[in-house]
Amino acid sequence: MNSFLNTNAELLITLVKIALLLFIVLTVNAYLTWFERKVVAHIQSRWGPHRVGPHGLLQPLADGLKFLFKEDPTPAGVDKFVYYLAPLLALALALTSIALIPFGPDPIRLFGRDIYLGITPPDLNIGILALFAVTALAVYGVALAGWSSNSKYPLLGGLRSSAQMISYELSLTMSVVGVLLLAGSFNLKKIIEAQSHHPEWGLFGWNVWPQILGFFCFFIAAVAETNRVPFDLPEAESELVAGFHTEYSSFKFAMFFIAEYTSMITVSCLCSILFFGGWLSPFPVSWTFAHYLPSAILIPFGLWVIWDGIRYETLFGRIILPGAGTVITALGALFVLLLNVNEFIQAPFWLLSKIFVFLFVYVWMRGTLPRFRYDQLMAFGWKLLLPLSIVNVIVTSFVILAKMQWWGAK
Amino acid sequence: MTAQLAVFFVLAVLAVIGAVSLILQKHPIHSALSLIVVMIALAGLYLLLGAEFVAAVQIIVYGGAIMVLFVFVIMLLNAGIEEHTSISKMAGAPGLLLVVALAGFVAATIARSTENIQATSQTGELASTLGISNMLFKDFVYPFELTSFLILVAVLGATVLAQREKS
Amino acid sequence: MVPTNYYVILSAILFGLGVFAFIFKRNIITIFMSIELMLNAVNLAFVAFSQALGKLDGQVFVLFVIVVAAAEAAVGLGIIILIARNRQTLNVERVNLLKL
Repeated sequence: MNSFLNTNAELLITLVKIALLLFIVLTVNAYLTWFERKVVAHIQSRWGPHRVGPHGLLQPLADGLKFLFKEDPTPAGVDKFVYYLAPLLALALALTSIALIPFGPDPIRLFGRDIYLGITPPDLNIGILALFAVTALAVYGVALAGWSSNSKYPLLGGLRSSAQMISYELSLTMSVVGVLLLAGSFNLKKIIEAQSHHPEWGLFGWNVWPQILGFFCFFIAAVAETNRVPFDLPEAESELVAGFHTEYSSFKFAMFFIAEYTSMITVSCLCSILFFGGWLSPFPVSWTFAHYLPSAILIPFGLWVIWDGIRYETLFGRIILPGAGTVITALGALFVLLLNVNEFIQAPFWLLSKIFVFLFVYVWMRGTLPRFRYDQLMAFGWKLLLPLSIVNVIVTSFVILAKMQWWGAK
Repeated sequence: MTAQLAVFFVLAVLAVIGAVSLILQKHPIHSALSLIVVMIALAGLYLLLGAEFVAAVQIIVYGGAIMVLFVFVIMLLNAGIEEHTSISKMAGAPGLLLVVALAGFVAATIARSTENIQATSQTGELASTLGISNMLFKDFVYPFELTSFLILVAVLGATVLAQREKS
Repeated sequence: MVPTNYYVILSAILFGLGVFAFIFKRNIITIFMSIELMLNAVNLAFVAFSQALGKLDGQVFVLFVIVVAAAEAAVGLGIIILIARNRQTLNVERVNLLKL
């Protein structure tokens, strides 16, 4: 038994990591839908889900049960293989892209083995290129779903959506080239290390300052890639019924839904890694008191949850919320007491908070912006965004060349 | 049977199954999906050979752009199930024999070659991407610029071909 | 370490299957796809030899092949769309007259 575990240790560790990450990503997806509904509701001066469980926190559970129990008809005349393949493909590709993201630079030493945070080690030599490969294949899920549904609206929605995705994919990859020129590698860990060359500058060493144009192009192209507002015409309810996933219901629709939110999470991870320093702290390295920030956020938040829970209207809320609040406060206190754990969680904490900020911006845009018309969308992608990305690459290369020639810098 | 050999056989069988499925499927969209499977299997084989940049480019360009183009055209032209006439059925059997002969001849020649080409090292001296970019911009810069010109010509050609006739 | 012969034999098999698909299939688009299959088989041989000889020339050539295949696919599919519009068929055997 022991020798079996020893020889196959890498495989077993990877399998456990895959299962854990799947569970975490699916839970985060579910609560991202809750978060989106609450935030959009508050932007629109209403409450959002607040009946199902305290503050509506069990709403994703109710939605999940609904998806499981709904009737799942297959329309007549569909191409069965492709009809069943499309949501599977969309979901598999979206989840694969999460597997390529490193969540922290240092491994945990457990039983004498290094366990990295994230399924692939952060040193993947073609890190960002592999992510783009997976994003490039995501077009198939949409196009095949639209075509196989044997119906006008999904076909139009699928064709429009996939045309939009491949148009904005060009700007997406071009806008990253500036970052790659600055870092000199496709390796995600090296890209983040290239942003830490001046540890005393803190957040001013991040890639967003020299690459501000690249960041805007990347973010807008990424929003268009994931078919979110303001680029969600192909799946908007008032326009094309529901676009390419009209004929899908219950679990297959849930798969498309999860795929969309997971690709949102992936794009937020990419934005924070490429442009905002990934797991680097925004404070200069010498400000060691900033290491207590996770605890400084968690402990007051936990106490507020306890205080809010004690005064909640339902009995269930009065039990659950203080319990959750106690757990959060205990976690914050733990980080203050165990200093080596505190050092370890600095990197994932900053990465996760940046991801959270980007997800909030995504949801904020959904609540605020109107949609593009389709021809405006395509014109914007080809006539504005792609030339801007190319200009960004040209300007970046000239500046790097100038620095090398005149100042002898690397 | 080392792990590498096992992975090679899995990917090779996947590629051959994809290619056979391309021939046996009746609907062009299924043939296109089989070809995508072949390309992904080949990308896996390139990774096994240590050519990571080529593998990524294969998936991005071939699998993510060229095959998308094929799938779009099949959808737009509403290609249906293809019918086989007597001519194609006549060409089937001798074609199969000739192709088996061709592939068998090439394979036998390689297998019987006296100088067994063994891999000298796992990858080149430099990392794949760095080495390729060095070669592209130093030794092969002239073909590189020519290919960019070729792509420009292809874009113009496709635009002209796709125009509707002005009546 | 997988011997290079294995890769080249696989490449030969894929090339043969591509040739057979080219002869046997009747849909223009499928014939075009078999050409892509043949190009991919050749790419595999290039990369296998690049690893065997320890040089990167093979991989650079594979990049060029991919670029040329992309250009060819774009123009070829444009032509196919025109043929489909003019002859209303995608069957290669029906497109056998120079005049419409």
